[in-house]
Amino acid sequence: MSAEAETQSAEAETQVEKREVQAEEHPVAPFIRMDRMPHIWCPTCGIGTVVKCYASALENLKLDLDKVAIVSGIGCTGRVAGYMNMDAFHTTHGRAVPFATGLKLGRPELNVTVFSGDGDLSGIGGNHFIHSARRHMDILVILVNNFIYAMTGGQNAPTTPLGANSSTMPFGNFEPPFNLPHLAASCGASYVARWTCLHIRRMTKAFEEGLERKGFRFIEIIAPCSTLYARRNRLGTGLNLLLFFVVFVEIQHGVDTREVGIAFQEKIICGKFVDDEEQTTFLENMNAHYERVLGDKYVSMPPEGGWIHE
Amino acid sequence: MKTDPAGVLTGAHYLDGDFAAGEGAMAAGCRFVAGYPITPSTEVVERIARRFPMMGGTFIQMEDELASMAAVVGASWTGTKSMTVTSGPGFSLMMENIGLAAMMETPCVVVNVQRGGPSTGLPTMTGQADMMQARWGSHGDYELIAMSPKSPQETFDLMIDAFNISEIYRVPVLFMMDECVGHMTEKVIIPPAEEIEIVARKLTDKKPGEYWPYELNGGDIPEFARAGDGYHFHSTGLTHDYRGYPEMSAECQWDCVGHLVNKIHNNVDDIVRFEEEEIEGADVVVLTYGITSRVARLGIEMARDKGIKVGSIRLIVVWPFPEKRIRELAGKIKGFVVPEINLGQMVLEVERCAAGQAPAIGVPHPGGGVHDPNAIVEAIVGAAK
Ligand SMILES: Cc1ncc(C[n+]2csc(CCOP(=O)(O)OP(=O)(O)O)c2C)c(N)n1
Ligand code: SF4
Ligand SMILES: [Mg+2]
Repeated sequence: MSAEAETQSAEAETQVEKREVQAEEHPVAPFIRMDRMPHIWCPTCGIGTVVKCYASALENLKLDLDKVAIVSGIGCTGRVAGYMNMDAFHTTHGRAVPFATGLKLGRPELNVTVFSGDGDLSGIGGNHFIHSARRHMDILVILVNNFIYAMTGGQNAPTTPLGANSSTMPFGNFEPPFNLPHLAASCGASYVARWTCLHIRRMTKAFEEGLERKGFRFIEIIAPCSTLYARRNRLGTGLNLLLFFVVFVEIQHGVDTREVGIAFQEKIICGKFVDDEEQTTFLENMNAHYERVLGDKYVSMPPEGGWIHE
Repeated sequence: MKTDPAGVLTGAHYLDGDFAAGEGAMAAGCRFVAGYPITPSTEVVERIARRFPMMGGTFIQMEDELASMAAVVGASWTGTKSMTVTSGPGFSLMMENIGLAAMMETPCVVVNVQRGGPSTGLPTMTGQADMMQARWGSHGDYELIAMSPKSPQETFDLMIDAFNISEIYRVPVLFMMDECVGHMTEKVIIPPAEEIEIVARKLTDKKPGEYWPYELNGGDIPEFARAGDGYHFHSTGLTHDYRGYPEMSAECQWDCVGHLVNKIHNNVDDIVRFEEEEIEGADVVVLTYGITSRVARLGIEMARDKGIKVGSIRLIVVWPFPEKRIRELAGKIKGFVVPEINLGQMVLEVERCAAGQAPAIGVPHPGGGVHDPNAIVEAIVGAAK
C-alpha cells in the first residue's frame, strides 16, 4: 500500500469512528423499543409519523409511563403496540377495544390507549367501537385511516372512499364509507378530532389532549399507505399523498360532524370536532350510581386493581 | 394464601348450580367478570352483578361474547382474577380469544353451561356436546384445562380449584357445566374464608429492565408481571420469543407452541382428576362426567343386579384426559361404556387411549334430556359379553 493510500484509509477509519461517536439517539427513542428496530413499515408509510407524534405527546406531558398501557389489534397499524416501550398488547383483529376495556376496569389507575387501523377498529371491531363510545369507556382510541386493509394486501375497507380502487373492488368501490368522526360523536365520544400525517404539531397536541381527557376519546389520523392505497390508485408515493393533503385539507374546528365525510381525492376536513370536558365516564358513572343506591355498602375496585395478594 | 372474606358467603345454602358457580368464583377471589346473557348460564352473572358491588369487583355486560372474552384477557393482565360465562353459541364466539389467552398465557376461567346444539339448538335444555370444542375449538395447537362438576356443591368447590389451577399454569380453564347441573337446586355448604386456600400466579421479583415476560428460568411457567407495575413488557398473539417479541420462524414456533403444550403435558399427573368406584375386578367400566354420572348410577346398579361386575370412572378434570389410567384399565377389562349427552365425543378419547385392548361403547343422547338408564344397562350387558 502506498503512503498516500495508507493515510487515506487511516482518514476513512477516523471518519467512520467519528460518525459512530456522533451517533445521536432519536429524540423519542426512550419511548420506542429500539431493540426491535428496524420496523416493518414501508418507506413513506404514514404510520411512523403517527407513532412519533404519540411519543412526543407522552414526552411533552411527562406522564408516568409505568401507568400508561397501549393495546393494538391486527394490521400494519396494529404493529404499533409492539414498538412502544411501555406495557403493550398486540391482541386479535378487532378486539383491541374490549381488551383495553378489561385492562382499564381491571386496574382503573391505568391510562389506556388503543392504537389500531381503520379496518380493525371500524370493520371487524366496529361493534365494540360504538358500544365503547356509548358507555363512555375511559380509553383513548387512535385510529390510523389509510382507506384500506393494508396488512393483507389492499382489500376494501369500511373507509375506502367511493370510486377508489382496492384489490377486492378492482373496478372501484361502490359501497359508501363510514364518516368516522360522526360515528364516534353520535355514539357519545367526549373528544373527537381528525388530523393527517401532515399535521405534526396539531396531531401531537390532539394526542396530548386525548391522553389527558377522560371518557371515550377518538382521534382519526388520515395516513398515506404508499405501497397499496397510493400505488393501486395511481396516486404516487406517500409523499404525493402528503402534497395532496397540503392542498385539500380544510381545518374547521367544531364543525358539525355530519359534514366531514371523505370522498375520493376531494377535500378532507380536519380539526377538533368535539371536546366535552364535562362528560362523565363509565367508571365515574358506575361509582357515583352505586354510591347513591348502595351507600356505605358499596366497595369500589381499588385503583391498583382487584387482585388479592398477601 | 387465604381468600378475601368479602367474597365468601359462609353457611349452608340452597343454591342452583349457576348460583353456586358465581359464589365459587367470588370465593376464589374473582373480581372481574365480563359477560353476555345466554340461557342457561345467565344466572351466574346475575348473581355476580348483584354481589360484586359489595366486594370491590366489577361486572360489565359486554356487547357480545367476542368482547367478553377479550375483556377478560385484558383484565387478567392487571392481576385481577377474571372470568366469563356463556353457553354454546357464545362459547363458539369466545374461541378466538380463548386462543389469545392460551397464546399469551393468561390465567382466566370460562364457564360454559352447556345446552343442546348445534347453532341455537335447545336453549333451555341440557347437552354435553361442547366437550370436543372445549379441547379443539380455537385454531392451532395449544393445551388447556377443562373441568366438569356433577352437583351445585361440587360446582362451588371445583370453581375454586379452577381459578387456582388457571393461576398456576397460566392457562384458560374451561368450566364445562350442563343445564341440569346449572339449574338443579341442592344444598351447598360454603366454608369460612379462612378455610379456602387460593393461589395467585407467581409475580416476578425481577427488576424492570431485567425481566422478560416469557423467560422460563428452568421452570415450566413464566413469571408474571402485572400491567402497571413498571415492567414495560410486550405480549402478543403472534408466535413470540422469550421477550414477547414476534418471530416468524419454524424454530420459534417450536419453542413457543411446544412450550404451550409441554407445560400441561409435563404436569399431566398433577392435573388429571377422576373418581373411581368398584374398579377392582370389574369387567365393564362406565366412564362419565357431569350430570350423566348421576344418571348412570341407576343403570350401573341395574347391571350389577344382573350379576355383571361394573366399575365406574367419573371425570372431574376432563381435559387433559387421564390417558394413562384408561390405557392401564383397558388391558384388564372387557369394555368401556361411555354415556354422554352428545352423539359420541369423549368416547372417541376413551377409544384412542384404550388402543384396541378393549372396546369403547358409546351411549349417545342428542340433548334435551338425560339418558334412559335402560340404554346404559343394555350397553353394559353388551360390553360384558
Ligand atoms: C379474525 C381475523 N380475520 C382476518 C385477519 C386478517 N387481517 C389481518 S390485518 C387485516 C386488515 C387490517 O386493516 P387495518 O385495520 O385497516 O390496518 P392497516 O393494515 O391498514 O394498518 C386483516 C383483514 C385476521 N388477522 N384475523
Ligand atoms: S402496506 Fe401501506 S400501511 Fe402497511 S406499512 Fe406499507 S405503506 Fe404502511
Ligand atoms: Mg387500514
